[in-house]
Amino acid sequence: MIPPAARLRLLSLAAFLGLWWGAALLAAKPSLLPAPPAVLGFVWRSCLSGVMPWNIGITCLRVIAAFATSMLVGSAVGYLAGRSPRADTLIDPWLVILLNLPVLVVIVLCYIWVGLNDVAAVLAVALVKMPTVMVTLREGARALDPAFDELASVYRLAWRQRARRIIVPQLAPYLAAAGRSGLSITWKIVLVVELLGRPNGVGFALDELFQTFDVAGILAYGFAFAALMLLVESLLLRPWERHANAWRR
Amino acid sequence: MPMPGGDSKGSGRSRAGAIGRPHPPASAELAVRIAGKSYLDAAGQRHEVLGEVRFEATPGEVLALLAPSGMGKTTILRIVLGLEQDFEGEVRLPGGRLGVMFQEPRLLPWLTVGANLRLIAGDEAAEISPLLAEVGLAGTEALHPKALSLGMARRVALVRALLGRPAVLVLDEPFASLDPKSAAGLSQMISRAAHQEGAMVLLSTHNLDPVLGCADRVLVLAGKPARLAADWPTGTRAAPANGMAGRVLKQRLLNQFPFLGAEPAEEAP
Repeated sequence: MIPPAARLRLLSLAAFLGLWWGAALLAAKPSLLPAPPAVLGFVWRSCLSGVMPWNIGITCLRVIAAFATSMLVGSAVGYLAGRSPRADTLIDPWLVILLNLPVLVVIVLCYIWVGLNDVAAVLAVALVKMPTVMVTLREGARALDPAFDELASVYRLAWRQRARRIIVPQLAPYLAAAGRSGLSITWKIVLVVELLGRPNGVGFALDELFQTFDVAGILAYGFAFAALMLLVESLLLRPWERHANAWRR
Repeated sequence: MPMPGGDSKGSGRSRAGAIGRPHPPASAELAVRIAGKSYLDAAGQRHEVLGEVRFEATPGEVLALLAPSGMGKTTILRIVLGLEQDFEGEVRLPGGRLGVMFQEPRLLPWLTVGANLRLIAGDEAAEISPLLAEVGLAGTEALHPKALSLGMARRVALVRALLGRPAVLVLDEPFASLDPKSAAGLSQMISRAAHQEGAMVLLSTHNLDPVLGCADRVLVLAGKPARLAADWPTGTRAAPANGMAGRVLKQRLLNQFPFLGAEPAEEAP
């Protein structure tokens, strides 16, 4: 049997679909608010033609590149800031600037300075995402237990063992949290970056559909991509986060 | 001081040869020369924690640092271990492996008991099972530390300290909250590590009774700031814990340092 919580969840989802369908019928303007079958039809057709998988694939590549860059650089810098007060003092002003710079400014400047290419697109997204990764990992590095550092030092553990067995397990919950929140921010920004300056990807497709006021297409892309990201989150990131936190329970 | 005839079985370390010699090479010695240790509190006030504490130890010796709680025993051990760098004086530690048992078990909670020990054991992983069995923890290797009681976790920490035949063994209050039978077992293991395998052992305790069976010397801290007030041979090592030599030593200690008697006999487990 389905557990009660899951049943309630499904019920809520069904209510959303019903509301949407009802509103579409009431409005009776399929060009403004198409019913679910019309959106599903669009997904079906553009999957058959290969256009939607192509665009989603390209966007996913950009998401992965930007996500990986921001996680790698953000974690390293955040760890440094958490471990050394001097590094923290040096990094903090940069962090404040990056955190408060409007996303659009970062994107536009990257395109102007680097050029209208994928490097600029990925760099812009990574730069927007990086500060929150830094802040999370800085917290994580500050929370490292000095007792375990002492243990590593008296038993003269090699740095590889220190990193693998002592530091990373303590940082894992923070890495997982940064990763999960990171993905949801990254893919949303990637779409904006694509809309502003790339000739392909989901963001570009949405721009085209906007020019022709194709609401069914916009909804189709929106839901398909969101569904994919939710899938990645629930099948990859959440289990990893659970695993990373397992020893705490 | 009586020295056992037993050899250090196949450890191949240079310290093994030092056992039983009156003057082992200086490099094998532990030399602690603390002139003072103080710290500044938040208000900028300087607090003297330790006065002069000087002692040496040779391989195969067990030194018991005796003082009431809060007298700076742990600080001295931390200085010896190199964890406390901010003090006046110097510490010379012999080469070789260092075995440490902190006051709390300090096991890595994300690793199993076995993985905790293998991390430290290196090439000596074969020692893990027999040592675990010896402390009554056979078959616990797959457990995580949170599944252990505090007493069990402390025994795992003891095994970790004994792995790989350490040249120096530092034990912070190893007898705290042990019942007399476990204390006797621990005392035997410490004695074997030192008197048969050649480790030099520095342990802290606030209670003399459990260390009578293994300690070669007692170092008493007294005064404020605490300084080394006595460094006496026990002469009790081979004798039964409640034997004549032990009682004489205890009476002598109590006569000179009455505050040692004020200490509660054992903390509740």
